[in-house]
Amino acid sequence: MRITCPVCGERDRREFYYVGDAVALQRPDPDASDVVWDDYVHNRDNPAGVTRDLWYHEGGCGAWIVVTRNTITHEVLGTELASDVKEASA
Amino acid sequence: MRFSGLKVLAEGLTGNKGWGAHWRDAQPKPEYDMVIIGGGGHGLSTAYYLAKNHGMTNIAVLEKGYLGGGNVGRNTTIVRANYFLQGNSEFYSHSLKLWEGLEEDLNYNVMHSQRGLINLFHSDGQRDAFARRGNMMINQGDDAVLLDREGVRKHLPYLDFDQVRFPIYGGLLHPRGGTARHDAVAWGYARGASDRGVDLVQNCEVTGIDIEGGVVKGVQTSRGPIRAKKVAIIVAGRSGQVAAMAGRRLPIESHVLQAFVTEGVKPVIDHVISFGMGHFYISQSDKGGLVFGGDLDFYASYAQRGNLPMKEHVMEAGMTLMPMIGKAKVLRSWGGIMDMTPDGSPIIDKMEGIDGLYIDCGWNYGGFKAVPASGWCMAHLMATDQHHEVAAKYRLDRFRTGVGIMDEEGTGSQHNLH
Repeated sequence: MRITCPVCGERDRREFYYVGDAVALQRPDPDASDVVWDDYVHNRDNPAGVTRDLWYHEGGCGAWIVVTRNTITHEVLGTELASDVKEASA
Repeated sequence: MRFSGLKVLAEGLTGNKGWGAHWRDAQPKPEYDMVIIGGGGHGLSTAYYLAKNHGMTNIAVLEKGYLGGGNVGRNTTIVRANYFLQGNSEFYSHSLKLWEGLEEDLNYNVMHSQRGLINLFHSDGQRDAFARRGNMMINQGDDAVLLDREGVRKHLPYLDFDQVRFPIYGGLLHPRGGTARHDAVAWGYARGASDRGVDLVQNCEVTGIDIEGGVVKGVQTSRGPIRAKKVAIIVAGRSGQVAAMAGRRLPIESHVLQAFVTEGVKPVIDHVISFGMGHFYISQSDKGGLVFGGDLDFYASYAQRGNLPMKEHVMEAGMTLMPMIGKAKVLRSWGGIMDMTPDGSPIIDKMEGIDGLYIDCGWNYGGFKAVPASGWCMAHLMATDQHHEVAAKYRLDRFRTGVGIMDEEGTGSQHNLH
């Protein structure tokens, strides 16, 4: 699997640290209920197909990247800087 | 059909023509007391113990593919009870006891081989941790022997003891640990359940779960609707998709775990061995193949195949530990889809808020050895609506409440850490 870092270009998957579902970009309000926080921290859609997850370019530029990927084929469909995704959703 | 010495002899003399099918290939009926979604190891053992321990036989096991075609046929066959935390200890201890009587109980040769499992350690800190784990295992009533370097050498003379970076300090021996023939476990439970009247329905994919007013009414399948008073979801890596049919999200992310087997070689590895400084564990199958594996690829996946970096890591770790295997040719590699929970421990519970819906999932990368006790405890839960005492801590709500998190590896209760 090769992942295209928006900053550095296409790189070996080993340069990246997998964090998990990109839900991490939608942090709930600190005062939200335990049910909301449980859902955010633990529960996942866990799709068989297209997913969006968060990777960290640990062995490269240090960018946080949202990778759109297919969990059945391992095809990488697109990458964006997490900061851009966060700004666009704000 | 029952196996016996006499039967083997008679069949041997008459051309092995009278064995017959091991279980009925049942057609689905319109209604059952209970429906189990998933005909893998855990689903089949649940059906078996529902019939045997609780006298319930109006049950269907629905399998979208063929029986035992998922993780129960794709694992590295290790059976052990070397857990540390209360909650896990008593469960896996119970499971190992069931394994020890399984062949007699099922009248089926599952080739359970208690050849001994050795977890190696390579530092003083690891020795302390394994000494403590060994004491916990003994407290639970299971067996553990702390071996020093020379003790390990007696068992495993072929290891590279003086490896410059990771010298071997010793190992924790679990004499009752070992392996079993994975497919036979599924087949044995399938036959036992089928003989007792359970319908095993293959090529029957569940496409929906019918719930009315918070009560489960049945399932929709590729072979028509089936009504049921109780429905169990026991589908390992596919738990997320099936739970979604009931409108639920689970604390599960599905990951790929790879395994490997070499060409058959003469008997050379008599134990199950794990390396303490890299992700590598190995045993030798009765056919002679060296069966080994490592860690997850560490990204969500349903592909049933992994990528090259983890293959490289596993091979490197194996060569570091036992250079003698270097000339063995790898015959094939494959991947299984692991239902990973944040704390690395499983779930056997009712689905809160939906009467009659049960779930058994989250076996991470350790589901095979749990097959007997998981079925035993899930059957107990479905039949009595009470949690079995050895599985009482496998609750779904522990993630919300924070009470009873069982992080056996001590790495943190977070999705990407197990």
